[in-house]
Amino acid sequence: MKIYNGGPIFLGILVFLAIALFPFYNNFGKVNAKPEPKVDTPAIQEYEKANGKKECIESKEWMRGEHMQILNQWRDSVVRDYNRTYKSNSHPNAAPFNMSLQSGCMKCHSNKKKFCDECHNYLSVKPYCWDCHIQPEEKEEVKS
Amino acid sequence: MSMDRRQFLKFSGIASILGFGATVADATNLITGKQLLPPQVDKNKETLTAKRWAMVVDMSKFKTDEDFQKTITACHSIHNVPDFRKPDGAPDRKFEVKWIWKSTYEKAFPGMESQYQSEHVKDMPFMLLCNHCTNPACVRVCPTKATYKLPDGITMQDMHRCIGCRFCMAACPYGARSFNWVDPRRAANLDPAKGGKVNPEYPTRTKGVVEKCTFCTERLAVGKRPACVETAPAGALLFGDLEDPNSEVRKIVTNKLTIRRKPELGTGPAIYYLIGGGDHA
Repeated sequence: MKIYNGGPIFLGILVFLAIALFPFYNNFGKVNAKPEPKVDTPAIQEYEKANGKKECIESKEWMRGEHMQILNQWRDSVVRDYNRTYKSNSHPNAAPFNMSLQSGCMKCHSNKKKFCDECHNYLSVKPYCWDCHIQPEEKEEVKS
Repeated sequence: MSMDRRQFLKFSGIASILGFGATVADATNLITGKQLLPPQVDKNKETLTAKRWAMVVDMSKFKTDEDFQKTITACHSIHNVPDFRKPDGAPDRKFEVKWIWKSTYEKAFPGMESQYQSEHVKDMPFMLLCNHCTNPACVRVCPTKATYKLPDGITMQDMHRCIGCRFCMAACPYGARSFNWVDPRRAANLDPAKGGKVNPEYPTRTKGVVEKCTFCTERLAVGKRPACVETAPAGALLFGDLEDPNSEVRKIVTNKLTIRRKPELGTGPAIYYLIGGGDHA
């Protein structure tokens, strides 16, 4: 079987495959570090000491999946209905939480880089919270 | 099984209703997040509440320029309002953002000046801010409902929702709204690189949104009065519930002659100016 203009066609296919498969062979064998958000800020450690356990406003698993929804709900509830306190569903005995990103969440999670950015960067999500909200001051970690 | 035309139409009608219903239900779950727990939210116990917040500005209590500056600075520093300056240090009017500001009688009350009016009134600087109108033009024109009325009479805005169309700025007859032409964090008073400092308890705004006075809703929610009221000279700015017959503002509005800015426009401004002076209430 003879293929007319075989040379350019196969060259074209090769170039196409080289480009299309670039992400695969470029990352082949590289270990992609799993994001590991840290929850060991001084405020959280203090909370753990006082209450005997670490707890967020809801369970860890739920927060992992739904934190963006709750932030949206809070935002509307705060600016439109004056609501400021949130009673936890999963820890009914916990004191009401202050519904605020800047003065609520980030008071405990003062490590934005290791808490927020760790996963957001991994998933290439770029929320624009920090265009307006002021992120907590963080000291540069010495060890890398 | 054979189907006549009538059966076919019945069958397909019912099927499409079921299918459509399921799609709607699915879409609703997607949008609202069906796993979301029922919200258990509440107001702070110390929240200051009113039926209609209003303010009386007693001009006789503002004696010096410092009284004005002190009030303006208190508001602007708490709310991270950018202060853009030209290289020579003069305020850059092009990028000006203001929540509360000083102006002249002529500009505050156009059409009310008269030929032989006392120089005292004519030259008197006035403290101006958002009028938190009963029937605000800005709310009417906002295409995204980013600005809206709170049940206590405050004209509030949701910065998350503002698209920066500036209809509200065109609609507001009081010039109470300012647009962020550039990132406010670049202003010398907010940029740490230029020696500025932000208030970490309050957000800044971002480039491309409109902002104005909020009657300090964030302070009302924790039981504090607005920042300007607390820093102005005693009795200069009175804040209270206009619907409460025993409140100080109501007594003054009832018993004294106060004027409002451009009431003829029908917006129902809630800032009352007491010009005369002397001791009251």
